[in-house]
Amino acid sequence: MTTASLTEIEGCGAGGSEQDVRRPAFLLVYLLLGIAFGAVLSRSEVVSWFRIQEMFHFQSIRMYGIIGSAIATAAASVALIKRVKLKAISGEIIAIPRKELGSGVRYAVGGTIFGLGWTLTGACPGPLFALIGNGVSVMIAAVLSALVGTWAYGWLRPRLPH
Amino acid sequence: MTAWFSGEWPWYVAGPLIGLFVPALLIAGNKVFGISSNLRHLCSAIVPGRVEFFRYDWKKVGLWNLVFLGGVLIGGFLASHVYEETRIALSRLGIHDFSGVAPHELFNWSALLTLRGFVSVVVGGFLVGFGTAYAGGCTSGHAISGLANFELPSLIAVFGFFAGGLAATYFILPILLGGI
Repeated sequence: MTTASLTEIEGCGAGGSEQDVRRPAFLLVYLLLGIAFGAVLSRSEVVSWFRIQEMFHFQSIRMYGIIGSAIATAAASVALIKRVKLKAISGEIIAIPRKELGSGVRYAVGGTIFGLGWTLTGACPGPLFALIGNGVSVMIAAVLSALVGTWAYGWLRPRLPH
Repeated sequence: MTAWFSGEWPWYVAGPLIGLFVPALLIAGNKVFGISSNLRHLCSAIVPGRVEFFRYDWKKVGLWNLVFLGGVLIGGFLASHVYEETRIALSRLGIHDFSGVAPHELFNWSALLTLRGFVSVVVGGFLVGFGTAYAGGCTSGHAISGLANFELPSLIAVFGFFAGGLAATYFILPILLGGI
């Protein structure tokens, strides 16, 4: 999730994390979670260009089932975390900063642009990296191009409607 | 146990597992699950230039996420390595046709010099980077984290993802892949 402004992005995991975020033990937790995520994306074939095509041709329930059950599981977890006011291991109360709607243009237009790229590469950002790990080394070029795209957005940002 | 490492996982196993990364990251350190902000952190770390969007302390804000992303790459390697062994085992059984995770005609280095390879990888990658930065998130940040938190901006973004994805599927790919 790339956020629009610095204040927003600092909202993602600000708070008490300042003290702990660079400690190796905490980074190791994120590394292990990342490895697990990359493995799940690969073993579930979410990284597959073919599965994305099946989804957009409405020929398989698979991707819809995965995304739908992922959202349901995450929503139930978030609701439970909010209800019991759970604290993170780092000690702070868990709070999810809400996204600003603004005019909504950035979500509609930016989302559509990403959707075009999602079909063309057959991958969203997580799978782009998992695919490199899977040995599809040309995705290094896709990642570099994605960085150019993100950079171009940063450069054009003052002139784009949000 | 071995069954879990051979063949693909069913959607009703994969989906909930992916969804669990949202509470896992919240509990680990009050972090919001979302991959595409790493593209911004990488720009900020490598070439911030004079662009205000990239001038912030990327280590403080995003180091955890970049480490997570490094893990995604390693996880992909480990999973495919196990898969590879499964394939070798299967090939001994006489099964040789594996289509892989991406069509080889499009996704190899020499195909970058063809129009369809270039559009798929380079143009596609650019659109992923630009679009996620503009929309403020991708499938993880908007579709999963955002919808799980019932956020309208995320719903609009997800409609956009599908509008763009369907447009490319029905109008761009048929022209692009006409020759395959």
